[in-house]
Amino acid sequence: MSVNEDQVRHVARLARLALGDDEIDRMVPELNNILGWVEQLGEVDTDGVDPLTAVIDNKLRLRDDVVDDGDVRDDILKNAPDAQHGFFAVPKVIE
Amino acid sequence: MSELTLKTITELREGFRAGDFSAREIAEAFNAAVAAGRPLNAFTVETPELALAAAEAADSDRTTGALKPLSGIPLGIKDLFATEGVDSTSGSNILKGFKPTYESTVSGKLKAAGSGMLGKLNMDEFAMGSSNETSAYGPVISPWKRNDGGNVALTPGGSSGGSAAALAAGLAPGVTGTDTGGSIRQPAAFTGICGIKPTYGRCSRWGIVAFASSLDQAGPMARTVRDCAIMLEVMAGFDPKDATSLNLPVPQWEAGLTGDLRGKKVGIPREYRIDGVPDEINAIWDRGIEWLKDAGAEVVQISLPHTKYALPTYYIIAPAEASSNLARYDGVRYGLREMGVKSLDDMYAATRAAGFGAEVKRRIMIGTYVLSAGFYDAYFTKAQKVRTLIKQDFAQAFEQCDLILTPTAPSAAFGLQEKLADPLAMYLNDVFAVPASLAGLPAMSVPGGLDGQGLPLGIHLIGRELDEQGVLNAGLAIEERAGFNHRPKRWW
Repeated sequence: MSVNEDQVRHVARLARLALGDDEIDRMVPELNNILGWVEQLGEVDTDGVDPLTAVIDNKLRLRDDVVDDGDVRDDILKNAPDAQHGFFAVPKVIE
Repeated sequence: MSELTLKTITELREGFRAGDFSAREIAEAFNAAVAAGRPLNAFTVETPELALAAAEAADSDRTTGALKPLSGIPLGIKDLFATEGVDSTSGSNILKGFKPTYESTVSGKLKAAGSGMLGKLNMDEFAMGSSNETSAYGPVISPWKRNDGGNVALTPGGSSGGSAAALAAGLAPGVTGTDTGGSIRQPAAFTGICGIKPTYGRCSRWGIVAFASSLDQAGPMARTVRDCAIMLEVMAGFDPKDATSLNLPVPQWEAGLTGDLRGKKVGIPREYRIDGVPDEINAIWDRGIEWLKDAGAEVVQISLPHTKYALPTYYIIAPAEASSNLARYDGVRYGLREMGVKSLDDMYAATRAAGFGAEVKRRIMIGTYVLSAGFYDAYFTKAQKVRTLIKQDFAQAFEQCDLILTPTAPSAAFGLQEKLADPLAMYLNDVFAVPASLAGLPAMSVPGGLDGQGLPLGIHLIGRELDEQGVLNAGLAIEERAGFNHRPKRWW
């Protein structure tokens, strides 16, 4: 499988990357080169093989359903590019 | 350069405890080395005041006898670790100015053990790279030079390139690294130092900027195997804040160190003899085999049949996880925000386009593509199936041996710019390191010797899961026999 310019634009849109035309042009052959290389996995017979989910066996833990932290609003907002009235501020989303 | 900066963590610990020198003297010596080492571009932030504050606490603890495991030892911390109140940017413009209000579990443990922080170490952006050239701060320059009389600037490797360069140049006696697909081991090999990636889950990932969460592991880089054991004992341990943290006691790796390998079987995987690798790499591997035999180990030939598929598997799984993890950089909660656009959606896309570098964008694109509707099974599920086979390869090999010995990297350090234009050539750097990452196994690089250009080459040891002790012991056996005491000649 290979990707064309339209597909690369579509993927960039999915990834929320505003790429310029020159970046798109550069990326088409680069991505095709990498995708062509990873496609050698097609040679491997994986019938009946389960995809790996946990690399080291580990029990998923449940913790008690109690609040054990919080009250850190100012800490959370401290690095915000724009914080107003105790919230993250963003450009208007509803006209 | 002060005598103190030539010492190992072990020697500094002993000398400090014996009263030969104070923690303040140690911190001052390394702070001066860090300042003098600026031409290497190894640090993104210098924090001499933090190193001094910890040293003063250590000196006062020494008078009261309340010493901690790393009292008096200053360390460098890779910029991937969130450090409270100190810029933590992962080598990326998108996190410029980010000062966490919390401390990562691993760096917090090192702090609580009495160590001081010399500064944050430069790295490939979001740990995506093998040469440190993708950093928004510019590349780290290796302290090593070829012995051909030329002045070519070499890479220290990556992604923990600042860590490796700082250590090799004597700017820190120990540093943290992280390893997703070789990012501790390849730079350790390129700069003539030791570095271990423990079993996945040994070190908490909490507060470490996520790249590929099923692969990321923190580990120490230091001058000796013993120093690595000392640091890893502090860094490892259960953390309820990381869902994949292993709830197991931390072994006393330092106390358990022995270079006596009698009764151990060491496997040599035939698939790691690959075409196009310089003879000197295979020669150092052969010397490693002889050294382990000399330490009493029995050497057996083994097969890891899916080795050649490890890199393509990795370059599906790691970018897929990265594209998901890096979705958080949207200009809303921290870091860069690019305005001058109308909608919220455009702000996300503009921020991410301005904040990420070329390699990170490339990987986000690959990852987004292999996870997208219609391609998920063909790429991502397929790669996870091959990953199962790679893990099974190791499980079968470990029925015949206790440890696996390979070269760390397929070449010595290369020049800056040499591989930057060809992503696939860059990815091949980690051909020997990636399989152990995909299988979650502990693995270590120790220096084996110098090549004909006078550059360090590493020897790579892979152990059974949770057998860091076996890896460290074999590393010690090599260290005792390799007698590697080369240091780069100071030019900076």
